Amino acid sequence: MIVGLDVGGTHTDVVVLSGKEIVRKVKILTAQDDLLCTVCNGLSEALRGLVPRSIQRLVVSTTLATNAIVQGQTEPVGVLVASGPGINPYAFEIGQHYYAVGGAIDHRGREIVPISDQEVLDIATRLRSENVRNLALVSKFSVRNPAHEIKMRDLLVDDFDHQTMGHQVSGQLNFGRRIATAYLNSAVAPISQPFYRAVQDCMEQEGLDIPLEILKADGGTMEQVRSFQYAVETILSGPAASVMGALAFADSNKEEVVLDIGGTTTDIAILVNGAPLLKPLGIRTGGYNTLVRGLRTVSIGVGGDSWVRLEDTSLKVGPERRGQALAYGGPEPTPTDALITLGATEGGDKQRAIQGIRQLAEQMGKGVEETAEAVLSETCSLILEAVNALVDRVNKTPVYTIYELLEDRSVVPTGMIVIGGPAKEFAPRLQALTGWEAHVPPSYEVANAIGAAVARTTCEVTVLADTDRRFVCAPEEDYLDSIDSGATKKEVIRLALDLLRMKALKMGASADDLEMELLEDHEYSMVQGFHRVGRNIRVRAQIKPGLVGLYRKEPA
Amino acid sequence: MKAKRRTGLVFFPAFDWAISETHPEREERLLYTQDQVFEEGILDIEGLVEFNPVVATVKDVERVHFCVPEVEAVLTESHYIAAGGCKAIADAVLGGTTECGFALVRPPGHHAMRVVHGSRGFCNINIEAVMLEYMRWTYGVDRVAIVDTDCHHGDGTQDIYWHDPDTLVISLHQDGRTLYPGSGFPTEMGGPNALGTTVNIPLPPGTSEQGFLYVLNRVVLPILEEFEPELIINSAGQDNHYSDPITNMNFSAQGYAKLTEQLRPHIAVLEGGYSIEGALPYVNVGIILALAGVDYSWVREPDYDPEQIRQDSQVDSLISGTCGKVLELRQECALRREKYLGGSEFVQRNKSVFYDTDGFLEDQREVVRVCRECAGLMRIDSRAETGYRILGIRVPRKGCPTCQRLGRQWFESGSVKAFDKVYLQDCVTDEYQVKSA
Ligand SMILES: [Zn+2]
Ligand SMILES: [Zn+2]
Repeated sequence: MIVGLDVGGTHTDVVVLSGKEIVRKVKILTAQDDLLCTVCNGLSEALRGLVPRSIQRLVVSTTLATNAIVQGQTEPVGVLVASGPGINPYAFEIGQHYYAVGGAIDHRGREIVPISDQEVLDIATRLRSENVRNLALVSKFSVRNPAHEIKMRDLLVDDFDHQTMGHQVSGQLNFGRRIATAYLNSAVAPISQPFYRAVQDCMEQEGLDIPLEILKADGGTMEQVRSFQYAVETILSGPAASVMGALAFADSNKEEVVLDIGGTTTDIAILVNGAPLLKPLGIRTGGYNTLVRGLRTVSIGVGGDSWVRLEDTSLKVGPERRGQALAYGGPEPTPTDALITLGATEGGDKQRAIQGIRQLAEQMGKGVEETAEAVLSETCSLILEAVNALVDRVNKTPVYTIYELLEDRSVVPTGMIVIGGPAKEFAPRLQALTGWEAHVPPSYEVANAIGAAVARTTCEVTVLADTDRRFVCAPEEDYLDSIDSGATKKEVIRLALDLLRMKALKMGASADDLEMELLEDHEYSMVQGFHRVGRNIRVRAQIKPGLVGLYRKEPA
Repeated sequence: MKAKRRTGLVFFPAFDWAISETHPEREERLLYTQDQVFEEGILDIEGLVEFNPVVATVKDVERVHFCVPEVEAVLTESHYIAAGGCKAIADAVLGGTTECGFALVRPPGHHAMRVVHGSRGFCNINIEAVMLEYMRWTYGVDRVAIVDTDCHHGDGTQDIYWHDPDTLVISLHQDGRTLYPGSGFPTEMGGPNALGTTVNIPLPPGTSEQGFLYVLNRVVLPILEEFEPELIINSAGQDNHYSDPITNMNFSAQGYAKLTEQLRPHIAVLEGGYSIEGALPYVNVGIILALAGVDYSWVREPDYDPEQIRQDSQVDSLISGTCGKVLELRQECALRREKYLGGSEFVQRNKSVFYDTDGFLEDQREVVRVCRECAGLMRIDSRAETGYRILGIRVPRKGCPTCQRLGRQWFESGSVKAFDKVYLQDCVTDEYQVKSA
């Protein structure tokens, strides 16, 4: 059996799956000020009476890191950046302890200006006196040559608790995001580390002897051990949980939209060939652009509890939420009240709901039912507007080759999977408006916890080979080797896939879930004078976000 | 980080196109620029918007060029996309999405002239001209200035706008006696109907930041002020850089950024620049930041040393002398125009054009009607060593009824026996016709 637990803003859901069957569903209130207690209570309730040995896998998704970042309750971090020429390094200033130091590496990974030991040590002295215990060490182009980050780490390793080096967080180019990502990692690691250790303790008390797995923003999992070093990858796993839950019901031959309609917001994602689309570089959280892999989701302020009112003569839905629906004692009418008025859903105080909608109806000079329908179609229109905007953005993603530009790879959704509280009621309306087939999966109200339970381990590697300078490196993996001047792209791809496989297994993947995919494989001749001096080969590969073995649907 | 000016960027390195594997115009050309642009996180700057190129159409090209034997034969996909990258920026700027923009595209275009028999100076079609005529037809733009800061004389752009009084073409370049294409002297000032709207400022080898900014302030900015263009386009070639392998100048990334900041072009278009590792990554970042109004003071080449590339005093005085001459010659334009108006109705110029990439010569006889009402009807009789001979007739955009009528007559009487093709560009009606035997 496998267990998935998803901590949401209001509720925490736990499911226990046996094969494809849901053995148990638990929904408890989330105590935002005591997430550990929430998680442990959820687990012990879900596991009550089950044989601990029969649990083979347990995955949790929490809001811990995200909350800490958004509320600014993270640990202070000393940030040392070696920028070299380019944008003013103070433009990337982050946190209260930010220092730009000398040292430069160029785009080919050549050292231009060395790091000054004394400058770094002087800053360290100052940081210690200010009681800063954690560091982010970042240099420009460190993914081409991490020497300066390693040098700084070696100088400082004995005097601080956590050091995050920029090249460890991602193989992608983007200095500003690398700084932010390394900073956030060092800022949340001291919080998440003891937290997940405590969850593991709590699992042990329940008699479980399996590693804790944690859901990441890209809809994949990693073992808790690894999360010490990569704490930042656990931010924004909430939307990913729902999408992975929906994926279990997706049609792998279709392009589909996932809609998670909640009380306050609706989250939107896109599935292509049975896998969710990822953000091109990384997610944005708490005002920071990062290199953290994440699903390409958008969230809009429209949900079952959105505030419905008239502005001038037009009906407005959200983005504000004034409270629960009238039917549940809230202050203002909501789409949920419209549903209750129409008898589309049961529950709460129907008369209060009708009363609220009637008031709107009178102002508009329309019938009550007509008004309720208008509220729902406005709600659906707002959601679909956001869907179309997302699809449009995806289709306008910049490309850099003639082949990609002329090849029409537009995403054209033909179906949708609707989950969340009012999914059942909204799905037929959304289907009528778009003509796309709308599915509401069974147990759609706990799709998030199911998603956590069935998500597979994911990861990514980036490999760069420069046959002129005779090296091949995969900075995130601390891999650096010499390479033959005649090395080919094929060899570099093979190396990347080997590194990827090893990485995934280390992170807790099972050997039959390694669905590998090349994200990028480019090769350029490097010319000096009029002679080719070597090849520049760039390969990026990932384990695709997807479902663990049993739950995977093979494409028809 | 926030841009002071909303800036559009088309970044299209065409990683799958080259003239040949080791040619300067090859896949690798913008590779390190892309690395630098991505690593700097330029696309995360708020107010900087990236667009994909669109694909230019045959009609976009026909509006500007007489392509021999036809558009499809002299262009590859890369050319439609380079011109389309410029169009996408034009749409962003004129559609109001951004205030300015930079088309970082390849291959370049400023050596491509009105008649195109093949490739010259790595250029097949003039991407700035294709963009400009698209803007005129789509957005009703009229007076425009093109400031060409590539190290080579923008002879193609000059040729296309030689007779157009509404397009001011200013080219700063290394002295034609020392560099390809060998033209661009101060006395080249435009045809009889457009005297003074072509401005050439040849600079001696060794010119550095100081010289470029001096010319900008003494000559370029005052002439722009006088011309009052609605739009300024910068042909932003980067081969004036001190590390460029095929030129002899001493310009720097800081210099390019300052020049951009002072010129404030609405649209910049990448032209040449072949120091792909040592210059382009830094120059392009400098230009983008300067356009967007973001601090560029930290942008410099790893080996930048202002003392090493300082221009000597002889260069100072040569440049100041050239500027004086350019301004002096401008004073004579009105008088020369009067002379033309009192002279014969048609003025002829003969030209020999060398297609260096493909290695053949073209001979042209170009005739323009001296007209008080419009930019003047024009015809080009062009014969190339490839064996083609064509006749191209162009009625200008704001052509008068007389020029238009006469142009149609010339087209009808153009002999398909004497010429392989006879072309008509009627820019009054935006109609383009070709006939052949
Ligand atoms: Zn040039
Ligand atoms: Zn006329």
